[in-house]
Amino acid sequence: MVRNTRAVKTVRTIWITLLMLFLYAPILIMIALSFNASVSRSQWTGFTLEWYVKLFNDPAILGALKTTIEVAVVATIISTIIGTLGAIGMHAMNTGMANMLTNVSYLPMTTPDIVTGVSLMLMYLFCHVPLGKWTMIFAHIAFDIPYVLFSVMPKLRQMNPNLYEAALDLGCKPIKALWKVIIPEITPGIFTGWLLAFTMSLDDFVISYFTSSDMYPNLSRIVYSSTKLGVKPTMYALSTLMFATILILLVLVNKRTKLENLG
Amino acid sequence: MKRSWYATPYALWMLLFAVVPLLFVCWYAFTTPDGAFTLANFQEFAKPRYMGVILRSLKLALYCTVLCLLIGYPTAYFLAGRGFNHAQSLVVLILLPMWMNLLLRTYAMMTLLDDNGVLNAALTAIGLGKVNVIGTEGAVLMGLVYNYLPFMVLPIYTVLKKMDYSVIEAAEDLGCNPLRVITRVVIPMSVPGIVSGVTMVFMPAVTSFAISTLLSNGKIRLAGDLIDYIFNQSSNPNRWNIGSSFSLIMLVLILLSIGFLRKVDPDNEGGGMW
Repeated sequence: MVRNTRAVKTVRTIWITLLMLFLYAPILIMIALSFNASVSRSQWTGFTLEWYVKLFNDPAILGALKTTIEVAVVATIISTIIGTLGAIGMHAMNTGMANMLTNVSYLPMTTPDIVTGVSLMLMYLFCHVPLGKWTMIFAHIAFDIPYVLFSVMPKLRQMNPNLYEAALDLGCKPIKALWKVIIPEITPGIFTGWLLAFTMSLDDFVISYFTSSDMYPNLSRIVYSSTKLGVKPTMYALSTLMFATILILLVLVNKRTKLENLG
Repeated sequence: MKRSWYATPYALWMLLFAVVPLLFVCWYAFTTPDGAFTLANFQEFAKPRYMGVILRSLKLALYCTVLCLLIGYPTAYFLAGRGFNHAQSLVVLILLPMWMNLLLRTYAMMTLLDDNGVLNAALTAIGLGKVNVIGTEGAVLMGLVYNYLPFMVLPIYTVLKKMDYSVIEAAEDLGCNPLRVITRVVIPMSVPGIVSGVTMVFMPAVTSFAISTLLSNGKIRLAGDLIDYIFNQSSNPNRWNIGSSFSLIMLVLILLSIGFLRKVDPDNEGGGMW
């Protein structure tokens, strides 16, 4: 980079400030409006928690909250198990086979969300599976697994391969060696993967939209359908809570692994 | 049991829920509702109302990419710069939105730009009249840039951060002025990052869904919204087939651009997410 003259520093400060304003002002304004006593967005008439109270007394929203959490919890548990076992299995394979299987994981990451969503929907409709909670869970598992896989894989590569062999030589059964030797070594990776999968599951809109129905909407689906009816302050309250939750989760993930290095 | 067998559930799940669904898209794209082979689904593209959406998606995605590059390059440059103490936490702050729900961020943007929204309230307060932003291509473009800007900053930042400073120092010592250092040394060395960023912004922008619907009150449709619209046309018996053919074209476009990216940046220096 060129030497930092005072002019460069000034330009840099102004530029970064404007950018942060652009990225965060809309979110901050929305958060502020969720506490505004007036329904109008153009005037501030005082602080209120009314919209949050309404939010938690709305059966439709509470139902969607339950669905969202259920889907995230179930999908995250299953994808953590499948992804971790997958990583262990692939680590023990020859490279050609393992590379081929890893590439399958790039598929959901590469495919545009809308195509992933539509493709799953077509499969469900073809098989006459009615869209609902479980169709959403299965879809979430599929896009969560790669995050677990790519969090666990590096930990396995760092592990001393002789440890597992030593356990076997000393008479450990393979299952026990897996449980006592491999799993403890890769636990940090499993936890990171679990956290990421949970975040992605809570955060998803497009894939859930195509694989669920209005009978079992998740929170994003509720926000999306409410936009067609005009803007409501309760939705600001809901969005604020969702933003806050996802932000906390992302900060936790970022503590464990640099977000910028994630795939 | 051999350890490699542990990967079986993984392989089966990915096969069933990632590979097979795409085969369904291919199957529907090339057949009629009766299951006979046809290419007619792809001809639907030629219809002016669909063609118009595709061209508009390409146009807006292109503008979005150019704007993201113009805003994102200097940002990445400043963040990666020498003696910038706050860089690490700022990088996290700028990249965070990338992982946040696109719908929520667009909703926030909508609050700002809406006819009765914050922007118009502010403009009225300082004596300027109201402006109609929602419903224009400008609003959609702003929403796209807002959503995809971090995807441009990340790869360029990664490349610049890895750059060998001694090359720049050498250029300076040999009498290069700052502007020439940037145009002759920094930018050429960051090409892999630029290519990654351009791909990572252009592709999701073309296939974007919901952003333009929200920011145009449903008046402006982009390719992603078109796919959704076609699948919901309950009166059209061909809807699954036509919708699939559009999805397939999107997918092929993306795969081609990833192929292109791998060719320009074979070692993934740009740190692309793909």
